[in-house]
Amino acid sequence: MTAPPATAAISVEDRLRIEELYARYAACLDDARFEEWPDFFTDDCVYRVVPRENYDRNLPLATLSFESKGMLRDRVYAITETLFHEPYYQRHVVSGILVTAIGDGGYRVRANYVVVRTKTGSLSEVYSAGRYIDRVVDEAGMLLFAEKICVFDSELIPNSMIYPL
Amino acid sequence: MDTLPRPIELDWHPGACARVPYRIYTDAAIYERELDRFFYGGHWCYVGLAAEIPNPGDFKRSAVGERGVVVVRGRDGAINVVENRCAHRGVQFCQKPHGNAKTFVCPYHQWSYDLKGNLLGVPFRKGVRQGDRVNGGMPDDFELSSHGLTQLAVEVWNGVIFASFDRDVEPLRAFVGPEVGRYFERVFDGRELTILGYSRQRIPGNWKLMMENIKDPYHPGLLHTWFVTFGLWRADQRSEMIVDERGRHAAMVSRKNDGGRSDAVTSGVTSFKENMVLHDDRVLDVVVEPWWNGPTVTMLTLFPSLIVQQQVNSLSTRHIVPHGVGEFDFVWTHFGFADDTPEMTRRRLRQANLFGPAGYVSADDGEVIEFSQRGFAQEADGETVCELGGRGQGGADHNVTETLIRSMYGYYREVMEL
Ligand code: FES
Ligand SMILES: [Fe+2]
Repeated sequence: MTAPPATAAISVEDRLRIEELYARYAACLDDARFEEWPDFFTDDCVYRVVPRENYDRNLPLATLSFESKGMLRDRVYAITETLFHEPYYQRHVVSGILVTAIGDGGYRVRANYVVVRTKTGSLSEVYSAGRYIDRVVDEAGMLLFAEKICVFDSELIPNSMIYPL
Repeated sequence: MDTLPRPIELDWHPGACARVPYRIYTDAAIYERELDRFFYGGHWCYVGLAAEIPNPGDFKRSAVGERGVVVVRGRDGAINVVENRCAHRGVQFCQKPHGNAKTFVCPYHQWSYDLKGNLLGVPFRKGVRQGDRVNGGMPDDFELSSHGLTQLAVEVWNGVIFASFDRDVEPLRAFVGPEVGRYFERVFDGRELTILGYSRQRIPGNWKLMMENIKDPYHPGLLHTWFVTFGLWRADQRSEMIVDERGRHAAMVSRKNDGGRSDAVTSGVTSFKENMVLHDDRVLDVVVEPWWNGPTVTMLTLFPSLIVQQQVNSLSTRHIVPHGVGEFDFVWTHFGFADDTPEMTRRRLRQANLFGPAGYVSADDGEVIEFSQRGFAQEADGETVCELGGRGQGGADHNVTETLIRSMYGYYREVMEL
């Protein structure tokens, strides 16, 4: 059992900025502007996509595990130039954005997400359901993700996972 | 399993394994025979790693073919595999994916079993006293010993657990054979394993397509940009295709090179990206391990259910769990060794970005399997062509061949009587 998340006192203005960050992030992915995706992150960011099973059991394996903005750029190259796949649309629905702590390390934020996938000529399907466990920092007036851990509940990935969550 | 077998109609030229009819990937009656003859009879199937259940009472759910099983370490430390199906009225009694138990108790009527699957007791066996009479109870000739869980044959080979519903199956090492067994023991030499975690995907294609994929050294240097560009697998490498005596299991063994341009293997290959430079190449931070003894990659297929991957520093077992003729689950268990340094563990985890449902060289395998299955649906009487390296079967000392696929179908036809 995990304890219910604490909430941090935060100004309305800061909360709106954080909410806007998540909205812009979702719009970027859903518009398939993948080359802009790394710009949401700090240079030494951590980005991981983790099955809930591994997360809950403290097993270190991630479906994707990147440790720098450079690795994110390599992923973008891979999905646009190297990974053969059937193209699909993503639709992120992000909700329940909760700031759980504020400190020197920035804002600790968690949020729920559902990603609906639509392949050419197919019905839309729930592709991944989970939560973001993030650390957001302010770098020169820009909010960026220093850490983004996508922990997905979905026990099985429907075949492959190409685009970022 | 006394269902009346459905008739199988298949026009497959005798002895020809250089052609494979689409029908064997799409026909439900053929699939049922495969379940009976490969997954439920005469074969060992992978169910997990001993390191997943280190302590007495530890269990995990797994599957043999479509049948759910529980893999459990008994009080005596020995590993048992029982079917996840109550002997009373068939309830799949174990719902937790893993855990620790002293006994298994079915929730429906509380029949309880020991960790070997023997029935320990049933409520109200002697009836329930009400006043001076006794109501109900089991008949006098009800024997606990004849109502246990289905107990599978189990063998553990250097930490890898195999099970079979067929109690008369040949010994595991004989089943695998010395040729491929040698490579199995190269990875699993008895060292203690560390579980790094799981990846699970559901692939909408026939399960054999995944066996073929890892018996197909033709595609990696063509489909997978990362393999051809960075030299992890391509046609100009020193490779051996190893196959067991009966053609069912295989090892693809190779040595990486530096990648880059080579007229023989990269010209005209669209997946080759000469100018591809990684922004952060820690994903390919390969360190040679002494136990490799030369090869940098060994990919084993243990028919019908297991793939063992060693590709540079990344190690995994991949478990094939079929669901009907057109779909299977693919469960990856990544592992390392108990004496790995923290740096080596980190390296194995970084290189895991190449593999699994999102991996740089694995995500597209799932995709092409899905597209194959769709292609098969378009032409009921179609057949695949499998002629690279000739039409024969057996091993090879290079990787420009589809001989392992032909070998598998040679064996397949024999067992399936097709
Ligand atoms: S079905 Fe299991 S106890 Fe009745
Ligand atoms: Fe592949």
